[in-house]
Amino acid sequence: MKGDEAACVLFDAGHRACGGCAAAMAARFILEAAGKDTIIVSSTGCMEVFSTPYPETAWNVPWIHSLFENNSAVASGIVASLKKQGRKEKVIALGGDGATFDIGILCISGAFERGHDFTYICYDNEAYMNTGIQRSGATPYDASTTTSPAGKCSYGNPRPKKDLPAILAAHGAPYVATASIAYPPDLKKKVEKAVNTPGPCYIQIHAPCCTGWGFESEKTITIGKLAIETGLWVNYEMEEGKVTRVKKVVRKPVEAYLTEQKRFRHLFKPKRNDAEIAKIQAIADRNAEKFGIDIKLKA
Amino acid sequence: MSRIDFMQGNTACAEGALAAGCRFFGGYPITPSTEIAEHMAAKLPKVGGVFIQMEDEIAGIASVIGASWTGARAMTATSGPGFSLMMENIGFAVMTETPCVVVNIQRGGPSTGQPTMAAQGDMLQCRFGSHGDYSIIALSPASVQEMYDLTAEAFNLADRFRIPVFVMADEIIGHMRERLMIPDSVHRGERKLLGKGNLPYQADDDLVPGFPVFGKGYGVHVTGLTHDERGYPCATSPSVHECLVKRLVDKVESARDSIASCDIVNPDARVVFISYGAPSRAVEQVLHDIHNDNVGHLRLKLVWPFAESLLSRFSNAETFIVPELNMGQMAREIKRHTNRRVIPVPKLGGALHDPFDLAALVEELL
Repeated sequence: MKGDEAACVLFDAGHRACGGCAAAMAARFILEAAGKDTIIVSSTGCMEVFSTPYPETAWNVPWIHSLFENNSAVASGIVASLKKQGRKEKVIALGGDGATFDIGILCISGAFERGHDFTYICYDNEAYMNTGIQRSGATPYDASTTTSPAGKCSYGNPRPKKDLPAILAAHGAPYVATASIAYPPDLKKKVEKAVNTPGPCYIQIHAPCCTGWGFESEKTITIGKLAIETGLWVNYEMEEGKVTRVKKVVRKPVEAYLTEQKRFRHLFKPKRNDAEIAKIQAIADRNAEKFGIDIKLKA
Repeated sequence: MSRIDFMQGNTACAEGALAAGCRFFGGYPITPSTEIAEHMAAKLPKVGGVFIQMEDEIAGIASVIGASWTGARAMTATSGPGFSLMMENIGFAVMTETPCVVVNIQRGGPSTGQPTMAAQGDMLQCRFGSHGDYSIIALSPASVQEMYDLTAEAFNLADRFRIPVFVMADEIIGHMRERLMIPDSVHRGERKLLGKGNLPYQADDDLVPGFPVFGKGYGVHVTGLTHDERGYPCATSPSVHECLVKRLVDKVESARDSIASCDIVNPDARVVFISYGAPSRAVEQVLHDIHNDNVGHLRLKLVWPFAESLLSRFSNAETFIVPELNMGQMAREIKRHTNRRVIPVPKLGGALHDPFDLAALVEELL
């Protein structure tokens, strides 16, 4: 890295994320890949709050906090106006999974359908963390949150994760990818590709949350890797609606991932719930089959 | 046997709703109201109710309207930004005469504002925030006890008038913890059902038509369009629209004296505080400290519709002091109804009025 580049970290010190926060890492990787001529539109959420405790903003690029639901619509206005002025800045709309999967999907759908040249990046920590761990449309099956509490009447979140990449691919997005903060070079390559692809592109970044999922903060990368290694998260790229690249793994059983996190503790204590664990294993098996992620070892 | 508990205001709100027979909550997380949704998520399944976390606040209030038409007592809870998103549906609930309860734990605005700080900046929005003319009821709890009691009462008022009823609390009351007496049971009013032979929107003497629950043999067209007594859309008739909107307003406004709910201290006083919600706590401290019969207090539990007759209960009052966590929203309403001096004491930023400041103001006036 050249000296002047090193001096300007685009997502810099001065944020107040929890120790081990994957979303903060994601922001840094995103801007390292997108470069300094980037405008960020940030939805309400953890990232918006922790990155901008005035006067200590972490952003060394133009940045606007939209509302919770409308970052893609604000981005639409920015992109259309820049285009009219003949300007070439990259525009990234950044939101958590609540802002992306739930409250913001109307504005995202509109922006993708209109075909604006921007990149939408979701840092997916699988619940509303800013308001204190409520379920979202991205919360995985059986995860306990404050609004899907495990107990006598429930095993946690009763629904599987919404397949948002497929929904946005169905809008005709030229490039859709999933990534994980556990694999930074891959993540950065995908961001670079997205911001340089004309039209609306989508990247969903798996961002383990030590506070919301219940694991020690030094384990963020470990948890991220385990999600990939168990097949509960798949890293892939879709170009023009077709899956073109998938990360393959030698799969571990899902328990390796589940037992590391308090949000799944009810599946093991006070007694092991084999039926529910089998359902989660089936989700991983379906992912493996759908994307062909299994590396077959020679016997 | 009633029992004594100690809990947070937001939890007391949820408990009051459950005691009143609320069996549906549709909502969306937002600080500082989220504990209400969390408590309902844990408790409703245990009493045979439904909790749904919706995708946003528009969907939250809309699901409540849907549930209400099945005959259920239904509620949502939110704060400023979510409240703004709900406004079109509030008008829909008014027009379709759908009973429902909306709790707003107010925080600093405009926009995202101060998510963790108290405010009373939505008092005019709750009254006027949706388009067109209409009237609603808004309650304002000033204690954890009232979070329980007034939320329970909100369901009775919603059913009686077939309107959205607002529990306009604030972050201080929502998050404070104090003693609460939980009664054995709370009074549960009945939702008056549509009588045989009546047209669906044919009002009785109270200007409220009986409610035709979905699936109970009524053939009813429910619409946000202007409709006649049959419920048929009739959007171009001036007389039908005028008649409908006047009734929607009058059914609430004509009852404002009979439903007024307040606490009155020292009705013969010369200087009278008027308050609701959290600032009432500062006023109570002032009255306690200065101990003077010339200082009175009108504490509104029911804020909208504002019953101006309450002002005449203070026949010797020369001055009304109105401390609010906004720039004078209810003071504006009070000024409209009296020739006596009205001094707004606005407070922004989230901190409560300092009782010493209020006491100093009173001493100047006495």
